[in-house]
Amino acid sequence: MSMKPELLKRMVKGPDGVEFEVEPLRDYYCEAPPTVMPAAYSKIVEGLFNWARSESIWILGFGTGCGAIEMRPLMTPRFDAYRYGVQWRPTPRQANLFIISGYLSTKTLKRAIRSYEQMQNPKYVIGLGSCTVNGGMYWDSYNTIKRLDDYLPVDLYITGCMPRPEALLAGFEDLKKIIRAGKGEGANQYAERFDWYKANQKQVIHDWDMPDYNW
Amino acid sequence: MREIYDRLKHLFPLGELTEQRPDLAFVTLPAEFLRSALLHLRDQEGFTHLVLLTAVDWLEDGQFQLTYLLSNRTQARDIGLRVMIPRDAATMEGIHDVWPTAATYQRELREMFGIDFPGSPGVNDDFILEGWHDIPPYRRDFDTKKYAEENFSQRPGRATTDPAQHMKEQLYPGEA
Amino acid sequence: MVYTPDRSQYPAKKPDGTLDIDLASGKYLKLWQGPNHPGITGNMSVELTVCGDEVVAGKTHVGYLHRGFEKLMERRTFIQCFPIVCRICVPEPDFNEYCYAAAVEELAGIQVPVRANWIRTLILEMGRINSFMMYFGGQAGALGQGVIGQWTTYVRDLMLDRFEELTGARIYHMFILPGGVRDGLPEGFEQRMEETLREIESTMKDVYDVMFCNAVFKKRTVGVGVIDPSWIDAYGVTGPNARGAGVAKDVRKDQPYLVYPELDFEPVIGHDSDIFTRADVRRRDALASVDLIRQILAKMPRTGALMAEVPNVLHWKIPRGETYIRGECSRGEYGYYLVTDGSGYPRRVNVRGPSYTHAMALLERMIVNLNISDVAALMVSLHTYPPEIER
Repeated sequence: MSMKPELLKRMVKGPDGVEFEVEPLRDYYCEAPPTVMPAAYSKIVEGLFNWARSESIWILGFGTGCGAIEMRPLMTPRFDAYRYGVQWRPTPRQANLFIISGYLSTKTLKRAIRSYEQMQNPKYVIGLGSCTVNGGMYWDSYNTIKRLDDYLPVDLYITGCMPRPEALLAGFEDLKKIIRAGKGEGANQYAERFDWYKANQKQVIHDWDMPDYNW
Repeated sequence: MREIYDRLKHLFPLGELTEQRPDLAFVTLPAEFLRSALLHLRDQEGFTHLVLLTAVDWLEDGQFQLTYLLSNRTQARDIGLRVMIPRDAATMEGIHDVWPTAATYQRELREMFGIDFPGSPGVNDDFILEGWHDIPPYRRDFDTKKYAEENFSQRPGRATTDPAQHMKEQLYPGEA
Repeated sequence: MVYTPDRSQYPAKKPDGTLDIDLASGKYLKLWQGPNHPGITGNMSVELTVCGDEVVAGKTHVGYLHRGFEKLMERRTFIQCFPIVCRICVPEPDFNEYCYAAAVEELAGIQVPVRANWIRTLILEMGRINSFMMYFGGQAGALGQGVIGQWTTYVRDLMLDRFEELTGARIYHMFILPGGVRDGLPEGFEQRMEETLREIESTMKDVYDVMFCNAVFKKRTVGVGVIDPSWIDAYGVTGPNARGAGVAKDVRKDQPYLVYPELDFEPVIGHDSDIFTRADVRRRDALASVDLIRQILAKMPRTGALMAEVPNVLHWKIPRGETYIRGECSRGEYGYYLVTDGSGYPRRVNVRGPSYTHAMALLERMIVNLNISDVAALMVSLHTYPPEIER
């Protein structure tokens, strides 16, 4: 598979007439792999940080699959996730929870990896629906992944097809308990086992035209 | 629908007319006459709406059946034109200059079945699949379950609840 | 003083009608309005080539939601296909169930009882209202009015409560199966439905006052995103997109199905064919659906069979044949092309969603010369749902 022309290494002439070499995959992205974020120096401070993180979970507004339709009622006053400190952000730079709402085709998995790696530590992943657990009803499909936690580190699964908005709220509560107990270590796990995750991802995504770590 | 068929039979070598409903009929015709039949139906008979263009894989006959479904809204009638093309090196002339929307259908058929439509805009671009390196997936000789098991890591613990399997194990334990 | 724009920098037209865009010249920028974007209805992306503020070319990319349904259905028996069929179109799943069930019944020669047809029509109309409510939230949100989305999502939730009473689930109902429907109406359903419909009408009145009478909404949408009537047949435009251009294309009137011949309604038409007209057509269409539900509940038979006699579904073989069933969903003409070959599995199921033609060829044609900020508004006004494009 040939790469898109704008991603190749080439000579470009700028507006002032100067010619320079550009290599997009190397120039614009981070070269070092992710590092583990250590806990704070004292347990009390880490406990305070964890409490603060759990009470302000900002979700990346990327509707990857079916589950996106049951996330919309959560933004309205009837189910109201905002009273739990949860809000939706459009950009990964401002989000710390990525809800994979259902099945992931390999095309979306590539974008999901890219969005996930752009989020800042500490970050969490919720797998919504039975498709993230074992492939769901697309278990024999040639285009969807069957097991999400081989590609991204998952902190919590919310099962159902579709889970109700109340199930999502209960899931947020469980996630808060996990974070407060200091067990929300998905991002650190990703950094520690980065090579293993990357090998799994590259096995499924055949046209890899991104850098290895998309910071 | 009979009258339309009788009128067309004088102009093109048509096969049998299958009247599925009073307002829906299917007829087979050879590939060379498809374009002129489509133009005749659109301009003379009022079938102005191209509903869909799809393919059916008849693996045992070694043929693809391309179905062009046209609709006449004012008279509330549909006609489906069937064209059989050979499976190896399948190619068909495009109708994207008759209906611009046919370009999308032709792109999908090229990617999913491997039927080429030379000259169709963007026909070789990736449409639905990305980085696909196997045979076109909608063909009948592509086994999707085998592909899924080989290429994606599975979560262990899946058991079948097929009643035939269950009864076989109950009645004949120990037999593989 | 009249402002005459300077078009000397605009790219020239090539002989085949497309614009001659030289990407190396530095005048053009390629932007991806990609899958992770609040201005996209669902999970698809549009690759824009812009010159300053103006879009000169666009290319739709789909395939992010491809699960290979048509291939999966070839591996499942007819009754096993029925639960997965509703997941093809996520926000309005009932049309899939109806078209699939009707196609199987036609090829198998099963006659559906009258009461089941009435309940099917009721469910389809309820689904239409839900889809329209989602549309208003998206259309107003694309132009900056977030409050409409809050109101209409609430009202949609009330209708989902009615769905839950009737079918047991909020989103994926799996209620219309080959042979009939699964159950009748529960006790007191008509009263609760009437309350919900009144709530919908009062919300639509508020939506009219706040959205349609809003000067900014009118300024941004009148005259923008015009569909020429000559494109309707060339591009396969159906539904409110076509009716906004003055063509009265409504499958419920042209080729009536279920119990529509016994119901009294007219297709809703607009004439200006811009975003504002299409939004108005959908508003009147939603109110017409409310009226249709009232008519259905008034005229529906209260007794009768719910399911026809269906052969043993584990060994159901349907003789060789092919058919095409269409229905009018909120976005346009939804159709299922089913081919059977005498075995217990369908040979080929092809789903023709209305967004297939709207989001690809039509959008790429309409997006030229549009301002970047109007791209989201245009996409929502075509009411495209990506899952039915690539199934």
